[in-house]
Amino acid sequence: MKLKFIEEKIFKVLMILSTLFVFGVVANILYTVVKEGWAAMNWDMITKLPGGGFYIGKEGGLLNAIVGSLYIVGASTVLGLIISIPVVFYLNVYRSRKSKVAYVARLAFDIMFGIPSIVYGAFGFSIMVYLGLKTSLLGGIIVITLLIIPIFIRSMDEVARELPKDIIDASYSLGATRLETIKVVIRQIAPGIATATLLSIGRAIGDAAAVMFTAGYTDSIPTSLGQPAATLPLAVFFQLSSPIEEVQQRAYAAALILTIIVLILSLLGRFITNRFSKNKVQ
Amino acid sequence: MSFKSITATSRWRIFKDRTAGGIMLTLTLLSICLVILVGFGLYLKSIPIFQEKSLWELLTTPHWKPLKGDFGFLPFIMGTVWVTGIAILWTLPVSLLTAIFLTENARPQMKKFVFPALDILAALPSVVYGVWGILVVVPWISDKLAPHFVEYSTGYTALAGGIVLGIMILPLLISLFVEIFSSVPKELREASLSLGATKWQTTKRVLLRRTAPGIFAAVILSVSRALGETMAVLMVCGNIAKIPDSVFDGCYPLPALIANNYGEMLSVPLYESALMLAAFILFVVVFLFNVVSRIILYRIEKSFQ
Repeated sequence: MKLKFIEEKIFKVLMILSTLFVFGVVANILYTVVKEGWAAMNWDMITKLPGGGFYIGKEGGLLNAIVGSLYIVGASTVLGLIISIPVVFYLNVYRSRKSKVAYVARLAFDIMFGIPSIVYGAFGFSIMVYLGLKTSLLGGIIVITLLIIPIFIRSMDEVARELPKDIIDASYSLGATRLETIKVVIRQIAPGIATATLLSIGRAIGDAAAVMFTAGYTDSIPTSLGQPAATLPLAVFFQLSSPIEEVQQRAYAAALILTIIVLILSLLGRFITNRFSKNKVQ
Repeated sequence: MSFKSITATSRWRIFKDRTAGGIMLTLTLLSICLVILVGFGLYLKSIPIFQEKSLWELLTTPHWKPLKGDFGFLPFIMGTVWVTGIAILWTLPVSLLTAIFLTENARPQMKKFVFPALDILAALPSVVYGVWGILVVVPWISDKLAPHFVEYSTGYTALAGGIVLGIMILPLLISLFVEIFSSVPKELREASLSLGATKWQTTKRVLLRRTAPGIFAAVILSVSRALGETMAVLMVCGNIAKIPDSVFDGCYPLPALIANNYGEMLSVPLYESALMLAAFILFVVVFLFNVVSRIILYRIEKSFQ
């Protein structure tokens, strides 16, 4: 057999092995997290606050972290949407998609997307120190909003760019102003907004580095914006560093809760993309 | 309706249109300025330490003793370099081969299975990777791998950091590669195949050569993502402030330094400034890497359209 055919075979095998390896890793991660997490999971974990002596292995649950994460993620998602929809609309309707402003903006948001969350965290922390604020729910919300704005804008923008120019022209030709055209555009990119939201929630709920600096950690559920808030990723991180086995087990339970949330978001995102991209006007 | 009231409503509508435009422009500009603001803020915070020491001294001395006023970043920079280096070294061939398989050799339906798997990898929070690293990678290194090479290793090593980090950047690399390879026109491949080249020869001589700038950009982008990854690496790399001698030594990357010490930084003089400098270094490197890779990727996207 010629050398080139042998080479072809070898690389084909290597390719298949690489692809299988990727599947293997995903399966192994999910298996490990589910196995360890399920063993430590019970109803108390998601319905109770940490009791006295929780961190030496006594009873209690992770409700503080679950609610804290939901507060931070919910508020920052709403804020993120309010800020990013006008930006996307401006870049795609008010400005030509090939303009300098649109180019620079896209580059800037791509760069912001690349900036590590620990840098946002350090930045947020230094601003809070400057303003004399303590670690609080508000601090966490602001930093997570900064973190997810680029994700919101870039993923909505991807969809908005695909929008046929004819639709916008049709709206203009009926006498609508650019602002009134928003009604048409929003309806067209709605699935894009939904997937962008799911992506952002996924990133926001899993981030630990930024909230560690700004939201702090607490055993109770915060009742005002000025109080610190616990979050799920930090519940994993802090409890895993404990030497007591029961406490470490709870870290696995918290990791399982996080993984389940993220998996649901990811599947939902794929479903929306597949389901609605077929109906798009071409 | 009289003519006058029609012009009045039109004026009102145009007024609304323009005001909204102004507000949107402000929002856009403000969010763009955020990048500059973050960089500038971190720079301002790191000025105090520059007044005591030169940047060169900070970056090249290996002693880190905040209480004595020694702030040498070299061990942390080397820790970051080691972990990121290991990660990119093993993920590059794996992701290239997977992406080539998906675009060139496999049936299109294959993507339906692989992409959701990559979605999951991309979506998992870094603490979950950390948990997995501690449960699977660290014991594997200390029990199975390290005994063949060194006498004793805890498993919390640069290698563990590199493996976990590599898996975290896999989805980004593969999806970028798939996108880049798909942008190569079909005719180029057919021309090569019709001359008698095998598929792999075509891949090697046509596809990889043509997409070299794109591959470069994708690698740079993934490296910049890897540089800033904090929690997962922090959980498995050992956090020993010493330049590692081998992959079985613990190391201490820059993001881990910031995350581990922010609590006590306010009580030691210059400590805060030193940690903010660490964040600033990360910011500058990631910023430059991102600008370069994005500009290359935009060019490719444009030539494809």
